[in-house]
Amino acid sequence: MTQQPLDQDLFKVVGGSDKDSDALAAKSVSFWKEVSLRFSQNKLALGGIFILIIVVLMALIVPEVSQYKYSDQSGVYNAPPSAQFWFGTDELGRDIFVRVWAGARISLLIGVVAALIDLIIGVVWGSISGLVGGRVDNIMMRIADVLTAVPYLLVVIVLLVVMEPGIIPMIIALSITGWINMARIVRGEVLSIKNQEYVLAARTLGANTWHLILKHLVPNALGAILVTMTLTIPQAIFTEAFLSYLGLGVPAPQASWGTMASDGAKAIADYPWRLFFPAIFISLTIFAFNAVGDGLRDALDPKLRK
Amino acid sequence: MFKYILKRLGYMLLALFVIVTVTFFLMRLAPGSPFASERNFPPAIEEKLNETYGLNNPWYIQYKDYLIDAATFNFGESMKYKARSTNDMIAESFPVSLTLGIEAMLIAIGMGVLLGVISALYHNKFPDYAATIIAVLGISVPSFILASVMQYFLAYKLDLFPTAGWNGFIYSILPAFAIALAHMGFIAKLTRSSMLEQSNSDYVKMARAKGLGKWKVVFKHSLRNALLPVVTYLGPLTAGVVTGSFIVEQIFAIPGLGKHFVQSITNRDYTVIMGTTVFYSIILLFTVFIVDILYSIIDPRIKLKGEKKS
Amino acid sequence: MKNKKFFLLALIAALSLVLAACGFGGDSKSGDDNKSTDDSKTDDSGSSKKELKLVVASEPPSLHPQLATDTTSGAVLNEVFEGLTRLDSDTVPQPGMAEEWEESEDGLTYTFHLRDAKWSNGDPVVAEDFIYAWTWGLDPENMSEYASILYPIKGAQAFNEGKGSVEDLGLKAEDDKTLVVTLENPTPYFLQLTAFKTMAPLNQKAVEANEDWYTDAGDDYVTNGPFKLASWKHNDSIVLEKNEDYWDAANVDLEKVSIGMVEEESTAVTQFKKGEIDFLGSPFQTVALDSIDSFKSEDKLNISDQAGVYWYKLNTTDEVMKNKNIRKALTLAINRQELINSVTKGEQKPALGMVPVAIEGFEEDRGYYKDNDIEEAKKALEAGLKELGIAKAEDLEIKISMNTSEAHAAIAQFIQEGWNKELGIKTTLDNSEWQVYLEKLNMLDYQVGRMGWIADYNDAYSFLEMYTTADNGNNDTGWENPEYKSLMEQSIKELDANKRLDLLKQAEAIGMEEFPVAPIYYYTNLYVVGDHVKNMAPDVLGNFQLKNVKLD
Repeated sequence: MTQQPLDQDLFKVVGGSDKDSDALAAKSVSFWKEVSLRFSQNKLALGGIFILIIVVLMALIVPEVSQYKYSDQSGVYNAPPSAQFWFGTDELGRDIFVRVWAGARISLLIGVVAALIDLIIGVVWGSISGLVGGRVDNIMMRIADVLTAVPYLLVVIVLLVVMEPGIIPMIIALSITGWINMARIVRGEVLSIKNQEYVLAARTLGANTWHLILKHLVPNALGAILVTMTLTIPQAIFTEAFLSYLGLGVPAPQASWGTMASDGAKAIADYPWRLFFPAIFISLTIFAFNAVGDGLRDALDPKLRK
Repeated sequence: MFKYILKRLGYMLLALFVIVTVTFFLMRLAPGSPFASERNFPPAIEEKLNETYGLNNPWYIQYKDYLIDAATFNFGESMKYKARSTNDMIAESFPVSLTLGIEAMLIAIGMGVLLGVISALYHNKFPDYAATIIAVLGISVPSFILASVMQYFLAYKLDLFPTAGWNGFIYSILPAFAIALAHMGFIAKLTRSSMLEQSNSDYVKMARAKGLGKWKVVFKHSLRNALLPVVTYLGPLTAGVVTGSFIVEQIFAIPGLGKHFVQSITNRDYTVIMGTTVFYSIILLFTVFIVDILYSIIDPRIKLKGEKKS
Repeated sequence: MKNKKFFLLALIAALSLVLAACGFGGDSKSGDDNKSTDDSKTDDSGSSKKELKLVVASEPPSLHPQLATDTTSGAVLNEVFEGLTRLDSDTVPQPGMAEEWEESEDGLTYTFHLRDAKWSNGDPVVAEDFIYAWTWGLDPENMSEYASILYPIKGAQAFNEGKGSVEDLGLKAEDDKTLVVTLENPTPYFLQLTAFKTMAPLNQKAVEANEDWYTDAGDDYVTNGPFKLASWKHNDSIVLEKNEDYWDAANVDLEKVSIGMVEEESTAVTQFKKGEIDFLGSPFQTVALDSIDSFKSEDKLNISDQAGVYWYKLNTTDEVMKNKNIRKALTLAINRQELINSVTKGEQKPALGMVPVAIEGFEEDRGYYKDNDIEEAKKALEAGLKELGIAKAEDLEIKISMNTSEAHAAIAQFIQEGWNKELGIKTTLDNSEWQVYLEKLNMLDYQVGRMGWIADYNDAYSFLEMYTTADNGNNDTGWENPEYKSLMEQSIKELDANKRLDLLKQAEAIGMEEFPVAPIYYYTNLYVVGDHVKNMAPDVLGNFQLKNVKLD
């Protein structure tokens, strides 16, 4: 037997590898299609999306186009809502309409960034822990256990006192223990996916850990991650408002919904609009995020699949 | 089970140690001194004050002293309230916070479960929507807004309750509701979804088919099982009730522990900060612990993590 | 199995109920111990018992006359203790524990003759009680933070700073009823100080029997004032009851004063509007900024001058603020009247000097500068920029520091707008908490920093003394001036009241040329009083004399 050299022509590339893998993913697109279909049948969740879109648009547009700046003092103090000042003015004669939307920027920023930081740390921590397993997993999860045991708000308050009040300290304080929940969820997802054939296959084909995390694990855990995130944002906005009331909010003349509402709460008897407008938008937004989060969870829940 | 409890206790001690350490170093890092005062006094006196409270010692000595204090639950005298011991302050104010907290929890659980059950029974009908709206309102409105609005309308405008203070049951109603409503909303949501899940299960359909009434089925069968998720919520509920009291106690002028915690931090009253932090942490850690154990007892399907080898 | 589950759930519910009952039981027990006795009295004899209901913003940090530093504690101490004198509504010292007194020619020796008064434990009040209390306060071992009030006494400062001894103090009891006090310098306001809390007497027996005597109400809390401390529920309330043994008890109308502790201003306002409390105004909580307009419109708001000034300290060691002209420009470019009209709202007076108009001899404007003088401000700014070598005002960035508070932030934002609009200077605001802020000021770690100063005694010296030297603990600006210092030193020795006033005014004039501070407004006392309460008004120092209050 002589070894015949393989004829290269016998093997032809029949189709681009990358494109093929995308084509394979088509099945999961149909999963998402189904999810979005179910989501779109949920009126409450759709309402939530609608509210969020409006709030975000207003927050982006109003402070740019308004004739007033959020810190401008008009000289008309504590004026009730009117054609000139749609939501009235505050104790320094600032237009509450502009301040509500400027405040929306800060509140949403704090909420979204805190949730994103949670997401990043949580995904990295959770997937490493889940993928590597063994002693590393054990240590990482024990660290998380201890950290969860630390009462959240106690730490946040102490932290905010150490760092001086501001947007960035607020975000840091909010995400310092917030990521643990995310890490747990990701780890759980990773553990359940880890030993499935396609992941094993990818591994045997020499895919490195990061590739695995980004290409395979994250997309599969996406549903759970998305739900957790949409529910983390309102939690952060809520906590920000709470901390503002304790005097740990963003410094003046900046305003967040939290600081506006806590100032307004003190003026409820004489100038109710100063509480009403920020309060309404905090509540609407928190409601909207919750509705969207719940809707997503229901839509993603395989048990409810028909 | 015993091994699991030991393990958990170990974690709790570790967590407590982390908390004490972190709080200690954060407070050392934080600018400001407990003795800074508007009217200045001679440096000799300040020196003497620092010496008396051990603030002149190098950090490791102070740290050691704090650890010993924490271990023996003896936190010393407040630096702000002259000659008042931290332990006394906690002992006086905690019963107030506890009473308020338990009342809030009862309201949250009672009303939450009720709303959830109503929602589930009249799924997609008017009572469902009404109950859901109440629950959603509870979740979406921050407690200080709720507290201010209730104080203004219910106590002032309608004169149904006293405005502030702590002189009996009637004084506790508004603050307890202000703390409870958010949690009531969550519990209602939880109950509703797990009730719905139960009502799709065969045993409930069977019971209904046998001709049992709607409410009878609820109380005899589905509610018990539906309440399991609510038990898991007890841990976060306690934490929420405790921290919720920080603000509500301030608004309603209630002499509770939450007020001390926040004030001691702004006053840089180190001894009281350490005392309240350790105290709160112990309470919260224990509640979560007890809830976990309770859960494993109530639901035989749940195995405690440490029990199985993984 | 199911039964077990249900049983457990029931158990939880039952347990919580029991706990709840316990909590309330415990509370109502401890609360009602005081309450039930009090209440039954109020309820039975109901309206016949004359009770005044007040609130304060916080738990008094200390009810020890020599340890207390704050106005809340001071308000209570002033009612339960009595010094040698007591101030009338014009802050003129009237006989208190001292029936009469003589002052020596050189103003250095005071001889007080005590009246026959009793402590609440039955002991007579004697001259030694004063010597004991003042020595206690000055003893560095006791760490009194307010001991400097006693410094006019000969040898007091040296003793307090650990350099002198007790024997050298200018205090002598000639007999039980005669107290001779020798001063370091003639001090025209000394008789006002003897009414101040730090100079109240202590009952030596009670203090030595229990070193924590001042932490709770009860038999150990021995006092000599018009009221007795009947109960003190920490963080909750204080109840004062009329002292029947007080020498002037016949003229005390109130039988009971209950003082709640309510931190939230808006809550206190609601309580007042609802009639749950009878008075609102510092130190008995404050009339919240947001409620001023509505009280005004109901014609309920009372306003009176107060010996206090709100000013921006200017750090003269800072790169930019070291320039006198910049400091001047900033001081002039504040529209004080508009600030008062729209932000502070309390009819405060624009501060055009360092000493408030409520102080005797300073009622008239001394004409140092005009309010909102933009023209002069611009000139000064130009000169200042040139001296600093800065091209234009836009390149300046100034930080206003303050302690976190809605009111201070509002004022700062108003001034920030003005500086920006009129001078083109950019400013940022820097909040920190009180304890942090005080340290910042002390360490000169700021550019412009807000501060209020309220006099403990009605004399201009209180406002000017702190700027005598840069090391003075209350200066906080790094500023000193040899001429200012020498004028202040002369004023101490001066016996002639008019000449002394003149020296103080000259010193103020120097201050208002160099601007270590930018005065903003002179305080007013804002207060609202229930219709049935008569004779309740603060003096210019913010003191109340509840013994004079009448209820209809």
